[in-house]
Amino acid sequence: MLNLFLRRVLVAIPTILLISVFVFALQKLLPGDPVLAMAGEERDPVALAAIREQLGLNDPLPVQYFRWLAGALQGDLGTSLRTGQPVTQLIVQKLPVTLQLGVMALLIALVIGIPAGIISAVRKGTVTDYAANMVALSGMSIPNFWLGIMLIMLVSVRWQLLPASGYVPPTQDFVQSMRTMIMPAFVLGTGLAGALMRHTRSSMLGVLKQDYVRTARAKGVPERRVVLKHAFRNALTPIVTLTALLFGELIAGAVLTEQIFTIPGFGKLVVDAVFTRDYAVVQGVVMVTAVGFILMNLVADMLYILLNPRLRSA
Amino acid sequence: MLLRVEDLQVAFGATQVISGVDLAVAAGETLAIVGESGSGKSVTSLAVMGLLGAKGVRIAGRAEFDGQPLDLTRPGGTAKLRGDQIAMIFQEPMTSLNPAFRIGDQIAEAVLCHRSVSEVEAKGRALDIMRKVGISAPERRMRQYPHELSGGMRQRVMIAMALVNEPQLLIADEPTTALDVTIQAQILDLISRLQRDRGMAVVFITHDLGVVAQVAHRVAVMYAGRIAETGSVAQVFDDPQHPYTIGLLGSIPSLTGPRTRLTTVPGSVPSPAEMPQGCRFSTRCPFAQPKCAQQPLLREIAAGHRAACHFAPLELNFGAAA
Ligand SMILES: Nc1ncnc2c1ncn2[C@@H]1O[C@H](COP(=O)(O)OP(=O)(O)OP(=O)(O)O)[C@@H](O)[C@H]1O
Ligand SMILES: [Mg+2]
Repeated sequence: MLNLFLRRVLVAIPTILLISVFVFALQKLLPGDPVLAMAGEERDPVALAAIREQLGLNDPLPVQYFRWLAGALQGDLGTSLRTGQPVTQLIVQKLPVTLQLGVMALLIALVIGIPAGIISAVRKGTVTDYAANMVALSGMSIPNFWLGIMLIMLVSVRWQLLPASGYVPPTQDFVQSMRTMIMPAFVLGTGLAGALMRHTRSSMLGVLKQDYVRTARAKGVPERRVVLKHAFRNALTPIVTLTALLFGELIAGAVLTEQIFTIPGFGKLVVDAVFTRDYAVVQGVVMVTAVGFILMNLVADMLYILLNPRLRSA
Repeated sequence: MLLRVEDLQVAFGATQVISGVDLAVAAGETLAIVGESGSGKSVTSLAVMGLLGAKGVRIAGRAEFDGQPLDLTRPGGTAKLRGDQIAMIFQEPMTSLNPAFRIGDQIAEAVLCHRSVSEVEAKGRALDIMRKVGISAPERRMRQYPHELSGGMRQRVMIAMALVNEPQLLIADEPTTALDVTIQAQILDLISRLQRDRGMAVVFITHDLGVVAQVAHRVAVMYAGRIAETGSVAQVFDDPQHPYTIGLLGSIPSLTGPRTRLTTVPGSVPSPAEMPQGCRFSTRCPFAQPKCAQQPLLREIAAGHRAACHFAPLELNFGAAA
């Protein structure tokens, strides 16, 4: 089993390197001169050249790339061209905000999606099933920005129940943190809940047909336990794998949600950086996101192996 | 009678699959149900177990188990007995065990569902029964997962699981079909031995007439969702009274001869859509007459020997033909 996992990790390394080359190259190809953006009103060619020289932008591209990579491997992703702050520090500040949003959204999605999927599989073809499917489809097809704006207008503006924007760290004021984050997390979680519901449903439908489910019933196992233990335990493997993968997408989707609710997270960091051509920040954020994606893939693989007795003993 | 089923009817949607089946099994007795594929053997046994839970299934009929009325018409009707007094093993040992749980836990669960004993005690009983059904190194097997076991070993585990609560009735639906010939013989011996030792009643479903002669006391021949003939093994094998049974027996030269599959009756079972009125075998029957357009009753020919043919006893009606 350890071998299997090690192999996955080894495969991940070239993937990450490839992404880093890609990110670096793309950045160089993009239109716009970061030095001009950075220099502001300064148009003196001598001064601009000095900045260029100082940033090492005159070196050949491979040299620039390896310099950046060497730094990145030591946790130094360069400095923001705009604010002069270390990119790593910016990311460390903003990432927890987005992770909190993502984890809360994931929890909401799990709490809604999995029970709904189980129930609609068990009640396949009934009104409950159709209703659950319809709600799931709406959850997946309603755009987050629309749902977000509607919620802000109703819950925050009209009923004045929850704050419409901002961010409070949970370490500072837990309740207030939840209050500000619950609406964005819900908006972000609905799509995922729909996907999870449908995935759980189809996975359960497949499993409920299996011979071993009939065996459990023949043993006299109560129906509830047949569904929740014998069937669900086997349906779980693909669900867990999917969830780990969707979590990566969730974080990516957080960019938009953070904009709607003006949450100062990762999304806002990258959007601001793109608009100001702060490419050290963009590069750092994209790199961290990509590594995060790959990590989630590894987690998914690992869980898949752990949940599968056949692979576990291999 | 330990189990008595009368006038069992099963329909999936508009398709009637079982039409008026009667079964009776006494304590300690083995009843074999034989018939071609699709004749309704599995559906009948699943109906008795209350395992036909799917939507659109309609079940009717009366049943009695150990003197108590048994409601087969709803899935909950047999819930108390299932896995306790009535147990079942299936045709597919490879897929009938849950791949996610250890063997020992799966057997112990059957105990815990019906007996108020500790988990340790349940595991102990699981270990006991595993030993009795001839599972080698049971302590180690307990901790294994189904994929680590061979097909024959898995069927033994299924048998252990079925017998751990000492049921009065075991339904075995083609328990050896999926196994190698040598393993088949071992499993058959095991079931016969356990049945004798425990005085358990067995309903043994099979394609294989050789197996019937080997394990059963009585036999019911099913054709297209009905009983064609029923009686003791000697009655049915030595003096078959339904043309279908005669056709089936044509496939084995003698009681002790080599086993063959039931393929020698010419033609095939009519589909539900083209099922004839009256006798369902009439489309394939060499003796068919206009009278066969009427449904023949299952009539007693000798004590305990009944056949659903207008012309039974055949010797009287056809002389040399039979
Ligand atoms: N869930 C179901 N829905 C619809 N029809 C079914 C269902 N299960 C069984 N049938 C039909 O009922 C009839 C009897 O099937 P059954 O499985 O009892 O046959 P069998 O005698 O056990 O055959 P085999 O020897 O192949 O196991 C068949 O025509 C089959 O197509
Ligand atoms: Mg069958």
